[in-house]
Amino acid sequence: MFDNLQEQLDRAFHILKGRGKITEINIAETLKEVRRALLNADVNFKVAKEFTNKIKEKSLGQKVLTSLQPGQLIIKIVHDELVQLMGGQNVGIDFSKTPTVVLIAGLQGSGKTTFSGKLAHFLESKKHKKPLLVAADVYRPAAIEQLKVLGGQIQVPVFTLEESKNPLEITEKALDYGRVHFHDVVIVDTAGRLAVDEVMMKEIKAIHEQIHPDETLFVVDAMTGQDAVNTAKAFNESLNYQGIVLTKLDGDTRGGAALSIRSVVNKPIKFISNGEKLQAIDIFYPERMANRILGMGDVVSLVEKACEQFDEEQAKKLYKKIAKNNFSFDDFLKQIQQIKKMGNMKDLLGMIPGLGKMTKNIDLKEDTFKQTEAIIYSMTLKERKYPKIIDMGRKKRIAKGSGTSIKEVERLLKQFGQMSQLMRQMQTPFGREMLKTMTAHMGNNKT
Amino acid sequence: MSWFKKIFSSEKKEILDKGLQRTKNSFFSKIGRAIAGKTKVDEEVLDRLEEVLISSDVGVNTTLKIINQIEERVARDKYMNVQELHSILREEIGVLLKEPKEEMQSVQPWVIMVVGVNGVGKTTTIGKLAHRFENSGKKVTIGAADTFRAAAVEQLSRWAEKSNAELIKQGQGADPASVAFDALQAAIARQSDVVLIDTAGRLHNKINLMNELSKIQRVMKKLIPEAPHEVLLILDGSTGQNAFEQARAFKFATRISGLTVTKLDGTAKGGMVIGISDQFQIPVKYIGLGEGIEDLLPFDKDAFIASFFDNSSIA
Repeated sequence: MFDNLQEQLDRAFHILKGRGKITEINIAETLKEVRRALLNADVNFKVAKEFTNKIKEKSLGQKVLTSLQPGQLIIKIVHDELVQLMGGQNVGIDFSKTPTVVLIAGLQGSGKTTFSGKLAHFLESKKHKKPLLVAADVYRPAAIEQLKVLGGQIQVPVFTLEESKNPLEITEKALDYGRVHFHDVVIVDTAGRLAVDEVMMKEIKAIHEQIHPDETLFVVDAMTGQDAVNTAKAFNESLNYQGIVLTKLDGDTRGGAALSIRSVVNKPIKFISNGEKLQAIDIFYPERMANRILGMGDVVSLVEKACEQFDEEQAKKLYKKIAKNNFSFDDFLKQIQQIKKMGNMKDLLGMIPGLGKMTKNIDLKEDTFKQTEAIIYSMTLKERKYPKIIDMGRKKRIAKGSGTSIKEVERLLKQFGQMSQLMRQMQTPFGREMLKTMTAHMGNNKT
Repeated sequence: MSWFKKIFSSEKKEILDKGLQRTKNSFFSKIGRAIAGKTKVDEEVLDRLEEVLISSDVGVNTTLKIINQIEERVARDKYMNVQELHSILREEIGVLLKEPKEEMQSVQPWVIMVVGVNGVGKTTTIGKLAHRFENSGKKVTIGAADTFRAAAVEQLSRWAEKSNAELIKQGQGADPASVAFDALQAAIARQSDVVLIDTAGRLHNKINLMNELSKIQRVMKKLIPEAPHEVLLILDGSTGQNAFEQARAFKFATRISGLTVTKLDGTAKGGMVIGISDQFQIPVKYIGLGEGIEDLLPFDKDAFIASFFDNSSIA
């Protein structure tokens, strides 16, 4: 996510890494790089300045000068400061009131409508809520249709008042409708507006006063530049919103806006939106984001994602099969499908510490497993269960059926052989011990 | 020059002035503050100038470039007062901004493809462009090749109605290249002057989606070998340094011939345009200044710089 900033900070730290000691001149050099990295990442000019000053104070205060590993110390200080800047802990939304009214506001094109759909889907599928979407953007052509289509895709009802051009009327009736139909969350999608547009700002203020939202979310494009601070401030003055939503974080933006908005308006970032699919919504964890910036990876997110998709029953079955040494191609296929459910391979790899930088230049397509799957699908059920019976004639047939070559079929067979062997080793006492050490390692990275 | 005068008739100049007022005010009040009480350009003035430029999203590299130029001149001329700094700034920025070439050639139909990341205002810009061309007596066909975003086609058809342009569409999820092909075919059959191809917003780091753009280009060439004659990259004026990455990636996938900067009626400065125009040698063709159908103006370097610098008092 913040890969670019990460790279630049890496370079900045590199200056420190090779040296045993830090001199004040060295610090100045590093801080200049840190500041430049932050500015290139669109962190607000003033915020970046304050930030580097703080780092300088802390570094000198901690007697980094004589430290043996000055680079690491500075990384720690920068990391702690970044976490602080982004708000320390994750802050959730209180959904105890019925109905909880959520007002979505922001500039044009920041992604309000898409986010509204994602939030509704998130609440329904993960929080077991019964949300109602309200289409109150009467200005942009076809904005209401857009929300209706999204609602249809996720099967969440959308309240519209086609004949009305008055957002106040729409929201009022929507709340009544929501109460009558027992919706416990009402999400109001509003039109995009510029903070300097007085008429439009007055309008959203009026909506705000009328519906008394329990939660007002300010949606902002993660690619926004220096102006992010001004806009966030202006909306805050009018609406006093509870939280911020960062969108389009699946781009390669450095996302410095996140840092500066958070520090200037002192409101937490609650969600991030990172993809075109309606499932692409995540809770914002400042700690993890700071880890990402510093190249420490995001192991916690990875583990959580895995848990979400992991079917415990299937895992147990698989475990038994491995124990009995009859792991088959069918099981392999199931595993692939589970991994695929976890999301885009590139995103996943990016979360593994140290891999973030490597994956940047690899062209990992979403259909990485397509060929493997094709080969397996071209096997008979018997072949999948007993791969040993696959002779040259069968290989030829499989290659033809899957549109691959004999070489590729052989490669997969070999990989499969190695894999099942590895799995068997894991069953031995020694293997279990190894697995334990590995998981312990991962646990350490969590903090 | 005549073209420029025609475009910036008094009424339109007002829109531009109004829209850029905030840009101008903040830009100049800041420079004014930066050099208030000074008669000579020194380190401090340059430091403050750096702050002004960076806060306007000009970016670190371009800012350093501009400041280095000024430092050089200060070193050469030994002495420079703040008034001179003013005109020199204008000159230096002028050098970096590329001049747009003549708008259209007499090819029929003239095909313009519009690309950009999500939410920058592609569809709105197409609506405004269609209106512009129709107003100048051209026959316009629009191809709704954003088949991905929910209700994008509906949004475009509203704009098409407003401007009396003809809309060629297929259903949601259709192959965008096929829509573009249909649009070109229809334009040829009906002898349209201009074809505008709307495309779905895509983040520039999604390789498959960028390849899709290249494919749309290829398919259009089957009907008109030179198509698209223009590819307009739309940039959101409030975007920061990521706009550079956008320009780079879209230039790699398509033949970007011009930029359009939208939402300049807000507080955003659009400063990244200077660096992008310089680095990629792409001219800025239009600027978007609001949601109305008239709120799109051809970019003119002189007018743009002038609206930055004219009538500004230095404290």
